[in-house]
Amino acid sequence: MANRVAVIGMGQTHHRSRRDDVNGYEMINEAVTRALEDAEMSIDDIDAVIIGNMDHFESVNYVDCWSINGSGGYLKPVIKVTTGGTTGTSLAISAFHHVASGIFDTVLVIGWEKNSESDTTGAIITCSDPFWDRFSYAGAIPSLATEALAYMKKYDISEKDAARVTVRDRRHAVSNPYAHLRKEVTVEDVLESPMISYPIKLLDVCPRTDGACALIYASENKAKKLSPRPAWIWTTAVRHMFSYFGDINYIRITSLEEAAREVYDKAGIKEPLKELDVVELYQPYSFGGLKWIEALGLCPAGKAPELVWDGVTDMGGELPFNPSGGVIATNCIGATGLLRTGEAALQVMGRSTNQVPDVDIAMATGFGGAYWSDILIMGSSPR
Amino acid sequence: MEYGKKERLTISSLEQIPYRWSAGKYGSKFLESIRQDKKFLGIKCPSCEKVYVPPREICGPCFCKMDQWVELGNEGTLLAYSIVSYRFIDPNTGEPRPVPYTYGYIELDGASTTLSHFINEHDSEKLYPGLRVRAVFAEERTGSLEDIKHFEIIS
Repeated sequence: MANRVAVIGMGQTHHRSRRDDVNGYEMINEAVTRALEDAEMSIDDIDAVIIGNMDHFESVNYVDCWSINGSGGYLKPVIKVTTGGTTGTSLAISAFHHVASGIFDTVLVIGWEKNSESDTTGAIITCSDPFWDRFSYAGAIPSLATEALAYMKKYDISEKDAARVTVRDRRHAVSNPYAHLRKEVTVEDVLESPMISYPIKLLDVCPRTDGACALIYASENKAKKLSPRPAWIWTTAVRHMFSYFGDINYIRITSLEEAAREVYDKAGIKEPLKELDVVELYQPYSFGGLKWIEALGLCPAGKAPELVWDGVTDMGGELPFNPSGGVIATNCIGATGLLRTGEAALQVMGRSTNQVPDVDIAMATGFGGAYWSDILIMGSSPR
Repeated sequence: MEYGKKERLTISSLEQIPYRWSAGKYGSKFLESIRQDKKFLGIKCPSCEKVYVPPREICGPCFCKMDQWVELGNEGTLLAYSIVSYRFIDPNTGEPRPVPYTYGYIELDGASTTLSHFINEHDSEKLYPGLRVRAVFAEERTGSLEDIKHFEIIS
């Protein structure tokens, strides 16, 4: 039986398209310092460090080694975790396992990326199989475009429906001081933005960002001593599929469907739309804000546009999505899933800058290149 | 000291590291049949009976070895696609890849999974999931998936 685990502190950088003013470990240290300040702890209070990014974006390998001065891992147990787009949620789930095992009482977990240091698309292409996929593959955006297209055509979804998702997240980002893109856009702006990979236009997708995020996890006793309102991690799920891109079901995201089924079952959630209070969805593009919320069981397949147009997922709606502005506003890839986890934790702790009132249950998700799906459910009371 | 206050210095690398990969047992057989005879081979799982292309040794969901080879048609159905119009660096060459181009997932007749490949049509009005397409083979074939030039629409 796993021990109870909570998130008790969060720190992040002010995310930007380019952070030439700092190198990797200086940027990592900004997030670590803020997380320690947030939890009112010192590095001496930390038992172990977990860190991750996607090496091929910076082409400087072994961040677990070279970042040690910035991470605070000097002479502590340090482990690196990297799983592509899901790196951040893999970090978050790995930290949960570290503390739930009873071996560590406090864990510092760090996700970061300096996407400005290379060509993001070129680097992403190197994750594809060199024989079967690489010659035709064009990176994350066209990959998402193929699944958007299959979904659009099957359920008669329009580009305008998807644009409404971008409008929501970009509006939420305006009041998040850490977000990268903090300017509101309209449905027309999205529809008129340049086509980059049909049916995806520039404003349908996330930016590439430099930034870092750090969270502090604690065991039950420590969390109760150190935090007035910890964010308790109730359960997590991980689902992976495919060897090659051609193996994927492009109409349904079955990995997310399966992960959702598992966490709802474990957390005793019967009606997610009613029972969840806030969701930080790893949603790197607008169409994901439709198709993927159907996979989460919030409405029948093809019906997500109705929820989104009705404002159900806006701040003030029945189930607000991405109060932080989400991935469409900020995407420092190795940090992105950890930002979802940390922003969801802040909502439970009641101290987000874009606070949803009375959050008792929050969800954070991760998404990655292999159509991998991770989910974490957090609550205001230990369970 | 005023050093380092006005600017942060950067360095760049354009170094290319050459790589060499193995297609493996099953991949080599698949590519050879295309090179020699312009024929697609799939592999059938003895447990779930799914026919995989490209062929691979193990059926992941059943986690069992596969050894029943199946000949597939040169025609198939386009299930999903995108028309790529933005410029990016191709890590295989270090050069920008020519755009626009269309790539998609083609379910060859007789297969249960799809193959990633190019479609020689860039007009979104002329493409839809369910479109029938046919492989067009290269004259000079060297033993890679690019021995198929692209797939064309069957009119």
